[in-house]
Amino acid sequence: MIKYFKDIFLGAQSLLVGLWVTIGYMFKPIVTVQYPREKNKIPPAYRGHLEFTRDPETGGSRCVVCLRCVQSCPSKCISIDWEIKGEKRKRILKSYVQDFTRCSQCGLCVEACELGAIRFSNEYELVGFAKEDFYFNLVKMLEKR
Amino acid sequence: MNQGPARKNEHIYTLNMGPQHPSTHGVLRIILELDGEYIITAEPVLGYIHRMHEKMGENRPYPRFIANMSRLDYVGPMLYNHLFTAAVEKLSGIEVPPRAEHVRIITAELSRVASHLLWMGAFLMDLGAFTPILYTFDDREAILDLLESVCGARITFSYFRFGGVCNDISADFIEGTRAFIKLLRTRFPMYEKLVTKNIIFEKRVKDIGVITPEMARLYGVTGPALRASGISYDVRKNEPYSIYPEFEFEIPCGENGDCFDRYIVRMLEMEQSLRIIEQALDKIPDGPVMAKHAPLKLHPAPGETYFTVESARGEAGLLLISDGSDTPYRLKLRTPGFSNLSVLEELAKGILLSDLVAIMGSLDLVIPEIDR
Amino acid sequence: MALLPPEFIRILISSVLIVSFVFLNAMILVYIERKVAGHIQRRPGPMEVGPHGILQTLIDGLKLMGKQIIFPDNIDKPLFCIAPLLAFVPAVVAFVVIPFSPKLQAVDLDMGIIFILALASLNVLAILLAGWSSNNKYSLIGAMRSVAQNIAYEIPMLLSLLAVLFMTNSLSMKSIVEAQKPLWFIVVQPVAFLIYFIASLAETNRAPFDLPEAESELTAGFHTEYGGMAYGLFYLGEYANMVMVGAITTTFFLGGWSGPPLPYMEYSGAFWFLAKVYFIVFSMIWFRWTFPRVRFDQLMNFCWKIMVPFGLVNLMITALVLKI
Repeated sequence: MIKYFKDIFLGAQSLLVGLWVTIGYMFKPIVTVQYPREKNKIPPAYRGHLEFTRDPETGGSRCVVCLRCVQSCPSKCISIDWEIKGEKRKRILKSYVQDFTRCSQCGLCVEACELGAIRFSNEYELVGFAKEDFYFNLVKMLEKR
Repeated sequence: MNQGPARKNEHIYTLNMGPQHPSTHGVLRIILELDGEYIITAEPVLGYIHRMHEKMGENRPYPRFIANMSRLDYVGPMLYNHLFTAAVEKLSGIEVPPRAEHVRIITAELSRVASHLLWMGAFLMDLGAFTPILYTFDDREAILDLLESVCGARITFSYFRFGGVCNDISADFIEGTRAFIKLLRTRFPMYEKLVTKNIIFEKRVKDIGVITPEMARLYGVTGPALRASGISYDVRKNEPYSIYPEFEFEIPCGENGDCFDRYIVRMLEMEQSLRIIEQALDKIPDGPVMAKHAPLKLHPAPGETYFTVESARGEAGLLLISDGSDTPYRLKLRTPGFSNLSVLEELAKGILLSDLVAIMGSLDLVIPEIDR
Repeated sequence: MALLPPEFIRILISSVLIVSFVFLNAMILVYIERKVAGHIQRRPGPMEVGPHGILQTLIDGLKLMGKQIIFPDNIDKPLFCIAPLLAFVPAVVAFVVIPFSPKLQAVDLDMGIIFILALASLNVLAILLAGWSSNNKYSLIGAMRSVAQNIAYEIPMLLSLLAVLFMTNSLSMKSIVEAQKPLWFIVVQPVAFLIYFIASLAETNRAPFDLPEAESELTAGFHTEYGGMAYGLFYLGEYANMVMVGAITTTFFLGGWSGPPLPYMEYSGAFWFLAKVYFIVFSMIWFRWTFPRVRFDQLMNFCWKIMVPFGLVNLMITALVLKI
C-alpha cells in the first residue's frame, strides 16, 4: 500500500520535473537560424562544387590536362575536352565540365591535382530547373569570376 | 504485463508495417500477424534500399570506395570511414602517422556521440515525445559544425584516406571540441531530468524487449544492445585497433538487456567517448596527417584480411580479398544492424504493437547500413 | 414578415457567435500550439505568413479547404462522410451552455453539465466511425483504442465532477459558478480537479494519451485516410474539445468568470473566464510537448487502478463531509 502511494508520488514528481525543464527552455533564446534572412558561416573547408584556382601569372587556370582528376573520380562526373597545339604537342584545355548531379564530394579529385588547379567552392545556394543547370563548366565560370 | 495473445487462430490479421512508416526510420518493412494489438509474428523484409555497395566495391579501385562507406551508415559515417581505410591499410601495410591516428579517433568518437544523440532523439520520438529530438539535434549540430570545419561535409564525410586523413585539424577545432565537451556534459543532467527519470518513459521501456545473453550470442547481437545484456564486449577493448589501447575508458554494461538498459548504456557510452576525445586532444602530437609514401594507386599483394571496428551500433567488419589488382576481388561487409535486426523476430512474439516500436527504436536500426 | 419571438433571435445570434468563437479559437489555438511547441523546442515556430506568422493558420485552413477529399477504395462512404461532422458538431453545440460571463450565456439549461457530457461522449462515436469506415487497419486499431480509452476515462471524469455537484446541488453551469463566490472549488476539491484534468486529457485524445492517433505506431490512427477539410474538421473538433475541457474546468474548479472586478462585469467577466480557459489549454499544450506517450495497457491500468479508486474515495469523503 505504501509502495502504491510512493509510486504515484514519485511519478508525479518526475513529471513535474520534466515540465519544469521544458518551460525553462521555452523562455530561452531560439537556436535555429532563419535561413534566407540569416546565414550560417560556411567554413573554408566546405565542399561545394569544383572551381578553378586562378593562376596569378596568366590569369587563367593552372590545369595542364593531366586527367588525374578524371581518373580518380568514383562517379566519373568530370569530363575534360582539350586540343593539342604547338610543337611540343602540349594539351590545351578547351572545356572542363563537372556533372554535379553525380558528384559525391569525396575530394579525391582535388587531392589528385598536384598543381592545385581545382578546389572546392563555398557555393551552397544552388537551385536549378533542369539537370543541365548542374553541369558546371569550370572554364567559363573562371572567366566570369 | 504482457500475457500474450488471449486466443489463438481467431481474429488474426496481417498488418503491413512499412516500408513507409514513421517509426521504421527508413524503408524497412515488417509484416505483422496481429491478434488485436498483440503481435504473433513479425517478419522484417529488407531490400527496399539495396544499393549493391559490396559489388560496387569490387568493381572500382580501392580509393574510390571511400565515398561509399559514408553512405552505408549515414548516422555515424566516420566509424565506417575508419573501418574501410584501416582494413585496406592492414591489407597493404601502410603506416599511419601518430597525429593522423589521433585525429581519426577524435573525429570517429565525435561521430559516435553524434550517432547516439540522433538515436536518442529518434527513440524518444518513437515513444511519442517530440521535444527531446530537437534538443539532441541542437547538440548534434555542434558536432556537425566541428566536423564540417575540418572536412567540409556534414554527413557523408569521406574524410579518412589510406595513410591518414585528408585535412589537418586546426587549433580552432581543438578549442571548439573542448567547448563542446563541456557543453554536452552540462546537457546530460537535463536529459536525465527530462527523459531518464520520467515515469512514463520508464514504464514504456523497462522490461520490454529483453535480450538475454544467450539470445544475444545466438543472434550475433553486438554493440550497445549486447552490452545492455551484460556481456562486456567492445571491439575497442577486446580486439583493440588503431591507438585505442592508449586511452583509458570503460565499457558500460547493463544488466537486464531491456530497452531501458540499452538506453542507459548508450548514454554512458557518450560520456566515455567524451573521455577518449579529451585524452586524445591532450596527447595529440605534432606531425603530418598523411603518410609520406601513401601510394596513389593501390595494388595490394594477394591475400585477405578481416578488420573490425566498433561502430555506433556494434561490431562492423570488413572482409577484403585482394588478387593483386587495383580492385578488391571480394569485399564483404558485416554490419551490426543486420544481426541486431534479426533478433527482432524473436523479441516481437506476444508483445504489443507499441512495444515493437520501442524495441525497434532501442535497437538503433539504420536501414541503409542493414540493407547495403 | 412575421415577427420572430425575441428568444429565437437571441439564440440565433448567440449560436452564430458561438460558431465563430469556436472557429476563431481553433485558429488561435493552432497558432498558439505551434508557437509554444516551437519555443519549447528552441525554434521560432511559424514566422513567414504575416508578422510572426500570425496568418499561418488562416492560410493552412484555406489550403485544407482547397484540397480534394479523397475517398479510398472499399470504404463505407456514408459513415466516412458523417464521421468528421460528428466529431465537430457536438463539440460546437456544447458551447451553448457555457457561461462566459453572468450575461454571456446562450442558454442556461438546468441540466447544463449533463448536456455537455452527453455531447462530449459523441466524440468517441465519431472516432469509431472514422476508424471503421476507413477500411484501414491502422485506423481501426486507433478507433478501438479510442473507444476503450474514452469509455474507461469517462468514469473517473464523472466521479470527479460528481464530487463538485454534491456541493452545488445544481447541474446548471451558472449556479455552479455562483456557488464558488466565496471559494474556488480547486481549493476544496484539489483531487477532483487533478482527476478531471487528467481524465479530460484522455477524453480529448491529447498527449500523453494520444493513443488513437499515435503517429509513431499507427501513422495517424483514426484519421489516416482523411484529407482536406474532412481532416480539418477533426482538427477543429479536437481544438473545440480542448477549449471545452478548459471551459468545464474553469466553471467547475476555477470560479468561472470571477476575478478582479472590471467595468461592466456582467460582460467583461468573459475576459477572466477566457484567461483561465487559455491557461488550462496552455498547460495541455505544454504537457503534449514534454511527455512520451503511454502504452495502452498502462493507460487502462492507470485509469482503473489509480484514477477510479481516488475518484471514489474523494467522492465518499465529500459526501461524508457534506452529510456531517
